[in-house]
Amino acid sequence: MSRPEEGGGGHSAVSVLELRGVSKTYGQEPAAVHALARVDLSVRAGEMVAVMGPSGSGKSTLLTIAGSLEDPTSGAVLVCGMALAGMPRARKARLRRRVIGYVFQDFNLLPGLTAAENAALPLELDGVAVPKARAAGLAALEALGVADRAARFPDQLSGGERQRVAIARAVVGKHRRLLLADEPSGALDSVTAGEVMRLLHEACQRGVAAVVVTHDAQLAAWADRVVLLRDGRMTGTTTRPPGPESLLMPGETR
Amino acid sequence: MSVPHVLLALLSEGPKYGLQLREEFESGTGEVWPLNVGQVYKTLGRLERDGLAESDGTEQDGPQKRFRITADGQQALAGWLRTPPDLTSPPRDELVMKVQVAARVPGTDAHEVIQAHRLYLLELMQQWTRLKEGEARDDLNLALVVDAELFRLDAVIRWLDAAEVRLARAAAEPPRPAYAPVPVPQLRRLGAKR
Repeated sequence: MSRPEEGGGGHSAVSVLELRGVSKTYGQEPAAVHALARVDLSVRAGEMVAVMGPSGSGKSTLLTIAGSLEDPTSGAVLVCGMALAGMPRARKARLRRRVIGYVFQDFNLLPGLTAAENAALPLELDGVAVPKARAAGLAALEALGVADRAARFPDQLSGGERQRVAIARAVVGKHRRLLLADEPSGALDSVTAGEVMRLLHEACQRGVAAVVVTHDAQLAAWADRVVLLRDGRMTGTTTRPPGPESLLMPGETR
Repeated sequence: MSVPHVLLALLSEGPKYGLQLREEFESGTGEVWPLNVGQVYKTLGRLERDGLAESDGTEQDGPQKRFRITADGQQALAGWLRTPPDLTSPPRDELVMKVQVAARVPGTDAHEVIQAHRLYLLELMQQWTRLKEGEARDDLNLALVVDAELFRLDAVIRWLDAAEVRLARAAAEPPRPAYAPVPVPQLRRLGAKR
């Protein structure tokens, strides 16, 4: 796997995302809301982590802080080994454009652009020449099985296809290392939602790290690790489960 | 139990041998429910006795015997497919009991108990999902079994979520005055014909 272009020292490949003692407080005491309290989370390349919790548990705050869209009140956020705190604005913006991909529940595709143009958009915004960006966009659509929809506009696509295009946009190009998804299959039927999770998991297997926020256990179960959040605190995490073989043919025990 | 009817369903496709039925039973249920040969022949014997299936060779028992479904068998199969399984009475659920009594055991944090079960269920769901991602991709019967299991475990997790909210609310509210228990309406038993 090639190194992220912005990757600093030799230790950057260890964790794509690292949260160290991250807290986020909104408002002032005594009316302060502690959205996150001393959260530690490390996500490696190729790993998919699901964050589960009831509404108001801090899931979305965790995601916006990991994506550098918001700063923590205290604690450190490192992306590809680089601390976000104190990073010059322009550099942070470039990191956000180049290294981090976002997938939202409502797809957020631009209605006036075709699937291929939507997928290529982050690269074009980053100054990549249009033909090169379009080629990369097409390759991303291809990997997600929607290359034949390249010329269609979002309103000509099904929900599942739209989310595939959104994932293509989030992983397009060579530099993407971190995929952040907020309820990525929220409005889809359960079979299509499962397909979206499968595609996210496959993207991880190609070397991206992903954090997926969801309240749905069936979707979270696609992840390599499930982290439970409650009142802004991490209250548990699954340990790596054994292979599925143990489920089959349990023999006389049934 | 549904084994006789699943065998009838396999015979409704055409006459088959015992070993073939065993193989098709296992692959037809996603290889999740094993069935031994003895069970197959015992069940076939019973189907034959009840006139739901018949064999062509009466001279010898064993793998040479081919079975076919009878008209009565077809009728029994059609009836079974449309008879809802008995789901009227709640099962005596161990997890429900654990959560119910957790709050009463001194020094026990019910939330911690719930969390332990939730993590275990999630790990199970992760395993089923790996299966769905792998083998079940090209195996419709296995995919159906895996989906059923995932929905079932998902429902248990949702119940834990609801239980947690209820316990938190109950802990925050002062206890209500005692009142006479409301009689539970008797649920009408549906189906349940064996």
